[in-house]
Amino acid sequence: MDTFAQLVILTFAAGTPLVFAALGELVVEKAGVLNLGVEGMMLTGAVASFIVTADTHSPWLGVGAGALGGAALSLVFAVLALTLLANQVATGLALSLFGVGLSAFVGRGYISVVIEGIKPLSIPGLSDAAIVGRLLFGHNPMVYLSLALFVAVQWFLHRTRSGLLLRAVGESPASAHAIGHRVIALRYAAVLFGGACAGLGGAYMAVAYTPSWTEGMTAGRGWIALALVVFATWKPWRVLAGAYLFGGVTLAQFQAQAAGVAIPSQLLAMLPYVATVVVLAIISRDATTIRLNAPASLGKPFHPE
Amino acid sequence: MSAAALAPDVQARPRLSLRGITRAYPGVVANDRIDLDVLPGEIHAVLGENGAGKSTLMKIIYGIVKPDAGTMQWEGEAVRIASPAQARRLGLAMVFQHFSLFETLTVAENISLALDAAEAGPGLPAKIRDVSRRYGLTLDPARLVHAMSIGERQRVEIVRCLLQAPRVLIMDEPTSVLTPQAVLRLFDTLRQLADEGCSILYISHKLDEIRALCHRATVLRAGRVTGECDPRRETTATLARMMIGAELPHPRHRPPVAGAPALVIDGLDLRSDDPFGTTLRSISLTVCAGEIVGIAGVSGNGQRELLTALSGERRVARRDAIVLCGTAAGRLGAAQRRSLGLAFVPEERLGRGAVPEMSLAENALLTARHRGLVWHGLIRADAARSRAAEIIASWSVKAAGPGAAARSLSGGNLQKFIVGREILQGPRVLIAAQPTWGVDVGASAQIRQALIDLRDAGVAVLVVSEELEELIEICDRLAVIAQGQLSPARPVVETNAEELGLLMAGSAAMPEPTAARGRA
Repeated sequence: MDTFAQLVILTFAAGTPLVFAALGELVVEKAGVLNLGVEGMMLTGAVASFIVTADTHSPWLGVGAGALGGAALSLVFAVLALTLLANQVATGLALSLFGVGLSAFVGRGYISVVIEGIKPLSIPGLSDAAIVGRLLFGHNPMVYLSLALFVAVQWFLHRTRSGLLLRAVGESPASAHAIGHRVIALRYAAVLFGGACAGLGGAYMAVAYTPSWTEGMTAGRGWIALALVVFATWKPWRVLAGAYLFGGVTLAQFQAQAAGVAIPSQLLAMLPYVATVVVLAIISRDATTIRLNAPASLGKPFHPE
Repeated sequence: MSAAALAPDVQARPRLSLRGITRAYPGVVANDRIDLDVLPGEIHAVLGENGAGKSTLMKIIYGIVKPDAGTMQWEGEAVRIASPAQARRLGLAMVFQHFSLFETLTVAENISLALDAAEAGPGLPAKIRDVSRRYGLTLDPARLVHAMSIGERQRVEIVRCLLQAPRVLIMDEPTSVLTPQAVLRLFDTLRQLADEGCSILYISHKLDEIRALCHRATVLRAGRVTGECDPRRETTATLARMMIGAELPHPRHRPPVAGAPALVIDGLDLRSDDPFGTTLRSISLTVCAGEIVGIAGVSGNGQRELLTALSGERRVARRDAIVLCGTAAGRLGAAQRRSLGLAFVPEERLGRGAVPEMSLAENALLTARHRGLVWHGLIRADAARSRAAEIIASWSVKAAGPGAAARSLSGGNLQKFIVGREILQGPRVLIAAQPTWGVDVGASAQIRQALIDLRDAGVAVLVVSEELEELIEICDRLAVIAQGQLSPARPVVETNAEELGLLMAGSAAMPEPTAARGRA
């Protein structure tokens, strides 16, 4: 059963970038803001974390830099979309393209640099013992970080007053403003949080998953994260499930390619994206669930008179 | 004559005092040098037509809108209210006309968001129950708002305000969504509050309510104060003169001469496509040529669903559930129904009744494709323009001309244009939803008169409205829709507001259409 444990660990590993990015975007969208720049923020986070890791030889410092990089790019979005009331869709798309270009430019000199990344946990006696031990203690530390993020987001949204306010702002910013809340400030915080999470997702890819830097290394995961949030009907646990589904299918298609299945590799590479979207589209058909969870003001600019 | 006749002490220092409040929007001065004093414990009416500037004034007081000029005093101190949060800290609370509730949250969550973090602790549900019992406003703190009726939502808003222990409570058109019985209960609550020393600013255009409830009234017309009075000593006519500068117009009636059935709805069932909507259950109604039938009811009880089924925007399963001028029309689309002689005035003027960005000529063309305005698929611009000009002239629509964009018109003028456009189709059946909602008194009277004239010309008219008084005024027969069910239509002369109110609340048992009522 060793291979089983290995498969689970690899599935989690492949799904984790999406967990980070999609949970961040979920919080942003719950506040009623649509930031389509996830791909750009992930790549910015990835390149920032890789450069800092290569220069300081501290991958955890790199992870911090990744979060900051993503947040910095999201700040650009926040100023444009929240303060200057630019169209959120156009701004987000521009941000993605900008992030792709910026990361490629900044990362020119680092393409073949080798770094010491974050290794999976290895606790003697636990991580290598029985299958349960491997399943519980054999992941990369950043996978645990992403799970902690999941718990934190879930708890924040449904157990705290600020989370309640965030959901309320996403539903009706005008009402929230009318009863005296600071809508724009809260949306800024949400956008920055989302940027930091996307940055973490990118950092995970660059310093933990495949420690290396290549241009456009997130390969559209930012876009899948966006789709994931919608198809998960803005529910964190569904985001988690969708991310691991994506991870599992990614893994399966790698295995199929390695085994030399007679399907063009390009088609196989499409599979994780298609499977994730199709499965989630099917489970998210219930109109009531969507109405209850979808932030009603999503993407609409709000200006307090 | 004696000051004691006025319940609050007129010598008392005003709790809130406005001087020279002015706010202009492009093209219109919404508030022009308004003075207003609100005394402690008084119920003070702000009376005016739609568009007189009442809502703008309240938004200024509550800190949502900033005035261009003028000063405000609170308990004798000069203040500038820059935000709703500051207004609430001073002790102002507001119940909005269009509620400021969050539909996907529970009652308790909605209320907690309006309180300070310290007050919104775990003891909140108990506090909510406490206040709602004290003022007779029954509420379950754990319910989700989207599942509540409009009247219940208003209770949430009121309880939310009361928990802040306000010193001035602003109520913006609070009765427009209530049944007559619920209005009386609301008045009891407000009187109780005023007796406890809370001042109430009561915004309305309903003269009878103001005479029954308020101690003092400030009347606004076109953004200016046109009078201040004790409404209990005024008559509806004198108040109306202050409000609109003229007597309230009344439409001329002729006895009905009902002809053959023109619109027959027979056992219509329809699931709402909106999960928060209302499902229609076996709706039956007949509208004959030469009569006006009204459907009363509190909004959200299935009106929207019924209207989309009648207009053809949604098709229904059974062809003969809707029969239009003798043709089974249940599966026909909107255009086909229009060619059978249907005209439709929807509730939303901008976006459904008219395309906001398009000119009036283009909007006239949209529902008149087969009437000489189109030649082999090409628009006959001259004909469209002259058709729009004809409507503008015959309805005295205030617009720059046929080329004016629909969105540039005021609500009343656009509504006149839309009604005029539909009537010019020469319909056999006209369906109008909320025909005078947000329309000034003059235009309302004109629209009502047009509907009556249409009836006299032998057209079948169906009016769906929340304004009970309007329906009683113009309709020959009235039915009530509640929770997706329609009561049998009864002649207006045989019914009254109280009975209709009970039906609207859904509390009175719907009389069975057949007389078989068991043993009794």
